[in-house]
Amino acid sequence: MTRAERIEKLKAAAKERILILDGSWGVMFQKMGLTEADYRGDRFATHIGQMKGNNDILCLTRPDLVAQLHTMYFEAGADISETNTFSATTIAQDDYKLDAKAVRDINYEGARIGREVADSFTARQPDKPRFLAGSMGPLNKMLSMSSDVNDPGARLVDFDEVYHAYRDQVRALNEGGVDLYLIETITDTLNCKAAIKAIMDLEAEGLEHLPIWISGTITDRSGRTLSGQTTEAFWNSVKHAKPFAVGFNCALGADLMRPFIAEMSRVADTLVAAYPNAGLPNEMGQYDEQPHETAHSVEQWAKEGLVNILGGCCGTTPDHIRHVAESVRGVTPRQPPVRPHALRLAGLEPFELA
Amino acid sequence: MTQSTANFINIGERTNVTGSAAFKKLIVEGNFAAAVDVARQQVQNGAQIIDVNMDEGLLDSKAAMRTFLRLIAAEPDIAKVPIMVDSSKWEVIEEGLKNVQGKAIVNSISMKEGEAQFLDQARKALSYGAAVVVMAFDEQGQADTATRKYEISKRAYDLLVGIGFPPEDIIFDPNIFAVATGIEEHNNYAVDFFEGVKMIKQNLPYARTSGGLSNVSFSFRGNEPVRRAMHSVFLYHAIKLGFDMAIVNAGQLDIYDNIDPELRERVEDVILNRRNDATDRLLEVAERYRGQKGEVQKKDLSWRQKPVKDRLAHALVNGITEFIVEDTEAARLEVERPLHVIEGPLMDGMNIVGDLFGAGKMFLPQVVKSARVMKAAVAHLMPYMEEEKLRTGMADKSNGVVIMATVKGDVHDIGKNIVGVVLQCNGYKVIDLGVMVPAEKILEAAQRENADMIGLSGLITPSLDEMVYFASEMQRLGIHKPLLIGGATTSPAHTAIKIEPMFKHAPVVHVLDASRAVGVVSQLISDDSRDKFWAEMREKYQKIRDSRSGGQAKARVSLEAARAMAPKIDWSAYTPPKPSFLGAREIEADLATLARYIDWTPYFASWDLVGRYPMILEDDVVGEAAKSLWKDTQAILQRMIGEQWIKAKGVVGFWPANRAGDDVIVWSDETRTKELARFFTLRQQMEKTNEKGQLALSDYVGSQGADYIGGFAVTAGHGELEKAKEFVDKGDDYSSIIVKALADRFAEAFAEYLHEQVRRELWGYAPDEALPNDDLIAEKYQGIRPAPGYPSQPDHTEKRTLFDLLGATEKAGIELTSSFAMNPPASVSGMYLSHPEAVYFAVGRIEKDQVEDYAARKGWDLATAERWLRPILNY
Repeated sequence: MTRAERIEKLKAAAKERILILDGSWGVMFQKMGLTEADYRGDRFATHIGQMKGNNDILCLTRPDLVAQLHTMYFEAGADISETNTFSATTIAQDDYKLDAKAVRDINYEGARIGREVADSFTARQPDKPRFLAGSMGPLNKMLSMSSDVNDPGARLVDFDEVYHAYRDQVRALNEGGVDLYLIETITDTLNCKAAIKAIMDLEAEGLEHLPIWISGTITDRSGRTLSGQTTEAFWNSVKHAKPFAVGFNCALGADLMRPFIAEMSRVADTLVAAYPNAGLPNEMGQYDEQPHETAHSVEQWAKEGLVNILGGCCGTTPDHIRHVAESVRGVTPRQPPVRPHALRLAGLEPFELA
Repeated sequence: MTQSTANFINIGERTNVTGSAAFKKLIVEGNFAAAVDVARQQVQNGAQIIDVNMDEGLLDSKAAMRTFLRLIAAEPDIAKVPIMVDSSKWEVIEEGLKNVQGKAIVNSISMKEGEAQFLDQARKALSYGAAVVVMAFDEQGQADTATRKYEISKRAYDLLVGIGFPPEDIIFDPNIFAVATGIEEHNNYAVDFFEGVKMIKQNLPYARTSGGLSNVSFSFRGNEPVRRAMHSVFLYHAIKLGFDMAIVNAGQLDIYDNIDPELRERVEDVILNRRNDATDRLLEVAERYRGQKGEVQKKDLSWRQKPVKDRLAHALVNGITEFIVEDTEAARLEVERPLHVIEGPLMDGMNIVGDLFGAGKMFLPQVVKSARVMKAAVAHLMPYMEEEKLRTGMADKSNGVVIMATVKGDVHDIGKNIVGVVLQCNGYKVIDLGVMVPAEKILEAAQRENADMIGLSGLITPSLDEMVYFASEMQRLGIHKPLLIGGATTSPAHTAIKIEPMFKHAPVVHVLDASRAVGVVSQLISDDSRDKFWAEMREKYQKIRDSRSGGQAKARVSLEAARAMAPKIDWSAYTPPKPSFLGAREIEADLATLARYIDWTPYFASWDLVGRYPMILEDDVVGEAAKSLWKDTQAILQRMIGEQWIKAKGVVGFWPANRAGDDVIVWSDETRTKELARFFTLRQQMEKTNEKGQLALSDYVGSQGADYIGGFAVTAGHGELEKAKEFVDKGDDYSSIIVKALADRFAEAFAEYLHEQVRRELWGYAPDEALPNDDLIAEKYQGIRPAPGYPSQPDHTEKRTLFDLLGATEKAGIELTSSFAMNPPASVSGMYLSHPEAVYFAVGRIEKDQVEDYAARKGWDLATAERWLRPILNY
């Protein structure tokens, strides 16, 4: 099956049912009790500084474990699994002093491993094809927020730098074989816009077109992203990407995320996706929400016609994903609204001239 | 949560440097905190979008755009609304888009430069997720009729929709032009706009319309009540036809129904072009709201019917020499003494000129033309006055005597000449000592002529030191005459900090431009006002000193750290080709070729007419003055080229070169073993967060391998001074200044032309380049031609090295003065660097560690280094 054919199948599947994304990777790696040596492997044996905690590097040093997690989530019922490349940009990996070559290899290998696992599942189960989303995280440096409390104009990076970092990631993910891009956990819409521009420009230059999934993060009950935008303002600011799906993930559990998903469902004329955390962390920083609890919340959203794609973020496990997948089986997916033409702009708040 | 579903949108206009003098001042001064407050007020007053424009020649517009947008991003009560990123330069717009997280509007793009550029910019706007304002402007120009407004919009719409641009994100600006200008063709402009809007809204689905409202009332500037009424009436009718949004001063719109009915009716007549006498009828009542005369002059000779006194005034105000001798003679026959003609009707006329100039209703070129009329009148009266003097022994008197000079080491005098003419117009006797005048000569002349004050001018930075020295000499010799300071490099700050403290006997005053000269001189001459004025000046300069003394110096990084942060230039991707020859060669160019390379915008600027050519010719404020100057200039330009008044000569050379630290070694040949000369460069030491690193020109020369450096010196000044003097001797300062300003432009054009030759052939690193003139002016080509004495290398003394290498004095006849100014003044020199990453930059202020290092490299002592680098010392 060619990639173009797979993408057609992905779009067709989204019309028929609620699609399931995988769950947390961080918590799963944590449970494996990996050592510094696991992270370094042979290639980075003598690399300076600590490497433990850099989960993305496992694509190069423990590809077996990465393949294992894809397998576990596909077995749990996920339609889509994400590459292990959340922090695989030159800017984020600068914390570990990794060079551009190593960063490219993480993305390429991460995509290649996921591709292999997904294809083997599809081969065994052709009526439930599996898809691979290239994970593109938010970076540890922001374009709209000051890096210095005394100077509101200060920035540690500029647009061009972020743009180029994402460009490199997009190209490697594409070449490694992902089916779509997932720009996720967006705390600053301007970073996201740099990623969108990177994808659009590369496609204009001839790179094969792939669907984009954009997932923002509402940080608390104020209902705003970290950079201050409301749900509708966020949507207005990214809709030029003509995304395959848009939604929210992380920061909140399902109960607190609901109003913002409902709002996104109202304004976005494309698929809506949500993958909340397993509740809020306890005092020990662990997530207590049980798989059936998560499943119960999102099942309600599905029945109310708010969502098209569901999955899990921090603290969720294959067990959570299995419960979610089972609870929404057979539920009719949301029908995206047709919205009247209007000039829709955004600052931190939305603007509409109907 | 949706902030607005209103059906008419106010876009705040006050955060626009081209529209708000107050905002411009804040930005130019770097007072961003107050500038942010302007944005806040706009939002509080109801602006639903704010328009941000930083198009100002004095600014690094990109940096100002970036800084301002980043700052307002931190203010939730401002950042809540969308931003309209407004610039005539695409690169500034793009910088804006890189700093806005929300969905913005680009203002604007158009088909002015053709479809390819239009679509390219539209695609870019789309990739940043921005809506666009499209000006009704195509290759033929701005649309004025309804049909053209619509046709251009339609064409743009189809193109945009064709590339997948969402139609709801297209906003058309069909050009709001001024009405009631007195020009009949303008009468229907508002109606044309309405019709255009109507057609766009009816036929181009989902597209929006916008416009800059204040344009419509330009002919009533100064009369706010009438302007506001015009705005309200205009909007009232436009909105009914579907007009969606306008750039307005939010909070300053009157309610249509509250406008005085009589005013409203007459405004409506004008806006809707309902009757032929609409403009006159509005003018009649306009004065009642706030008296302002409509001074619309038709080319007719009815003024010839008026009394002689009025005819003289008319000739002076309008710069007409045609009848001046006849009228002056008629006036002479009516009065007792010839002097009375000057003191009476001529001075009355010049006072009108002065008042109009002061009120911003006349502009420099017009005033200089008035002076030409005045001189012609006086020339006619001179023989009678001489005869009278012989007969009666009576002498004439003037308002006062001003000595003027360009200081030692400097040769530039266009600005000084303009000031001289303006002062003469106002009855002052001006003794102009010319250029490169040593201090003692100026002081001697001041004593001999019993001058009332002295005016010094200078254009290059070393002249600042000469002025400081001059002030200390006046102090030492106990001369009690006011000292005026002017010229391009001078500033209130430098005058306050360096010059004024040196001289205590009389006032020192910085004169910003020619328009201020008369006010300053008259206050200093008058016994009543001098002391008060002096006290004000002292206070002003003290304030400047106080504000500069308190830790204003910005933090700098050490030279060592700056060198560590030097940019990593990529030499793997670029190999400089070998130039077509090595060594220096003479070069000539004919004026007709060079004329095509002239950048006219600075030409208008040298006449204090600010605006981009060719738009300046249509400008609502200065357009008329600019057009008239343009006509006169073209006439002189034709003769200049045809009769070969000046000669363009130059020299260009290339040498093997390599970087050695912050120096550039120039080798005598390709063996690269014998050092022929060495250029020293200065490195930026300003703190940077994430920019391109700390730059020095040497960065752009390869440290190893076959790189080269080029150099050039060109002049268009041979013959200029003689021609200019011919005009002055005929009493025609106006034409004289045109000649000088044109020679300057030719020199710059020569440099631009030669640079192109260098890129394409002589060095040949960009053989396939083909750029239109606008792009040349916008410096879109590869490589740079930095000049010593300019921001990338502020040290003028490096010109000596360049001139010696080139043999510029022997080959092109250009000399260097003691301050390293080039003579003839219409000359340009510089170096050529070819690397694609090479950019112009400003070294900015530097620390003592670099000054010491630079001194050691150049073999100077520290004091010498500090003298030549004084303008950029950070201590």
